[in-house]
Amino acid sequence: MMEIVVDVLSWTLLATGGAFVFIGGLGALRLPNFYTRMHAASLTDTMGTILILVGIMLQGGLSLATVKLVAILGFLLLTGPTASYALANAALLSGLKPEVPQLKRRD
Amino acid sequence: MVILFAVFLLTLLVFTAVAIIRTTNLFVAVMLSGIFSLLMAANFFILDAADVALTEAAVGAGITTVLFLGALALTVEREQTVPDGRWVSISVVVLTTLVLIYATFDKPRLGDPDAPVHQHVAPWYLGQTPELIDIPNVVTAVLASFRGYDTLGEVFVVFTACIGVLFVLGARQENSQSLATPPISNTHGLRHHLIPRVVGRLLIPFIVLFGLYVQFHGEYGPGGGFQAGAIIATAMILSALLEGEAQALRAVPRSTLLGLIVVGPLLYGAVGLAGIILGGNFLDYSVLAQSSVSGQQLGILLIEAGVGMTVCGALLLIFHAFASREKL
Amino acid sequence: MYYIVSIAILVTMGLALIRALRGPTVYDRVLAVNMFGTKTALLLSVIAFLFGRPDFLDLALAYALINFVGVLAVLEFFQNHPNNKTSDQLDEV
Repeated sequence: MMEIVVDVLSWTLLATGGAFVFIGGLGALRLPNFYTRMHAASLTDTMGTILILVGIMLQGGLSLATVKLVAILGFLLLTGPTASYALANAALLSGLKPEVPQLKRRD
Repeated sequence: MVILFAVFLLTLLVFTAVAIIRTTNLFVAVMLSGIFSLLMAANFFILDAADVALTEAAVGAGITTVLFLGALALTVEREQTVPDGRWVSISVVVLTTLVLIYATFDKPRLGDPDAPVHQHVAPWYLGQTPELIDIPNVVTAVLASFRGYDTLGEVFVVFTACIGVLFVLGARQENSQSLATPPISNTHGLRHHLIPRVVGRLLIPFIVLFGLYVQFHGEYGPGGGFQAGAIIATAMILSALLEGEAQALRAVPRSTLLGLIVVGPLLYGAVGLAGIILGGNFLDYSVLAQSSVSGQQLGILLIEAGVGMTVCGALLLIFHAFASREKL
Repeated sequence: MYYIVSIAILVTMGLALIRALRGPTVYDRVLAVNMFGTKTALLLSVIAFLFGRPDFLDLALAYALINFVGVLAVLEFFQNHPNNKTSDQLDEV
């Protein structure tokens, strides 16, 4: 009984995580501006990572693999936002403006 | 099913390779070659070759990208236009490709159990490793003990490459004045931003710890000297990026790095000679300790340490040779 | 279930690659490389469990690290290099 609950929970987390990752990737492709694309990419870095790794941790149970997964999660959560910050800062300081190209009116 | 993953990744690899060739902006080419290296590492992983995947990631995606960027900072960003007359080179390339594809027709299929390598060589290694060496990672056993002579050659190749780079780029700059003033007045450099510095300083000890874990865990899982050297060099490069070149050279001075790169091959050769002195052959580890199995394990530990030291020192020396050089 | 997640991550890697090939400014490409690296680390964790070899998780940790240092190195060298790439200077690929 307990295994079924854990399995279903882990599958849900994995599926949701996969959906977030895909949505983030789609956003990184289609959004119009660099800064908006960065929002989409950071979505995959944080939500996708947390959901997928917690889903795998539930499957792993209490073992060394789970400890390693906690380490990977901690590391990715610490360095992902820092890299995004450094990138956005570099782009802003070098003059990239957060402008959107003007949309054409459909008459 | 997993084969489909590998095919998909290989397709992405082809696109990346075509894009690297077609672009004329060298910075873009460096970025794309980082992606290329990550794709290659994922491919190795799907083919179940974990040690190679770890080495490819650590060396290819990390260090090589940094070194290319260091070299690119010293020169222009656009590729020079190639003169006409490329039809000869295209025809040579196409001819070589056709010959190579023809040569793969005789290759056994991927994972074929009747291939010659699975009849004689692989079962011998897989059978003899638990008896003679008794470590779980057969790749490390083959690399360090059964084919230890080849690995000795590899260590000397790394050593020679580092010496070659130092001859070309200069091992010793005019010390005090070029390190005190940064080459370009940078108010935008990373060392002026607080957040990457704090996070980086927090992470550097853990990266070094992880590198040591990979070094000593190489007998039980994927790992070993090459990967560990690359990871520890990455930690030092991170500190050089965040704190500045001068600070990093004060923390780990060039003399220490030169010492590392000399002690590594010497250690390896000394283990080999110790085998002779104690009555065995060159690089015969079984005479190093009481029982032959623990002698093998001791020998593997020592030579992996030698490999790790050499790789770490070589990569750091090459990085400092590029990074502390002013733009010409 | 692992297969579905792997397919999602692989497709995202493909999308990131398209962004790296297409992105008009250099920062788009750096963003794509960063995304690619973290997705590779995730893919390795999922496939390590798919294969049933949890001791391959060291690779995912190493990849996450390498990716971080790579992105910081790109930004450092790029900012210190004296050419100003603003958004209206497009690249020809």
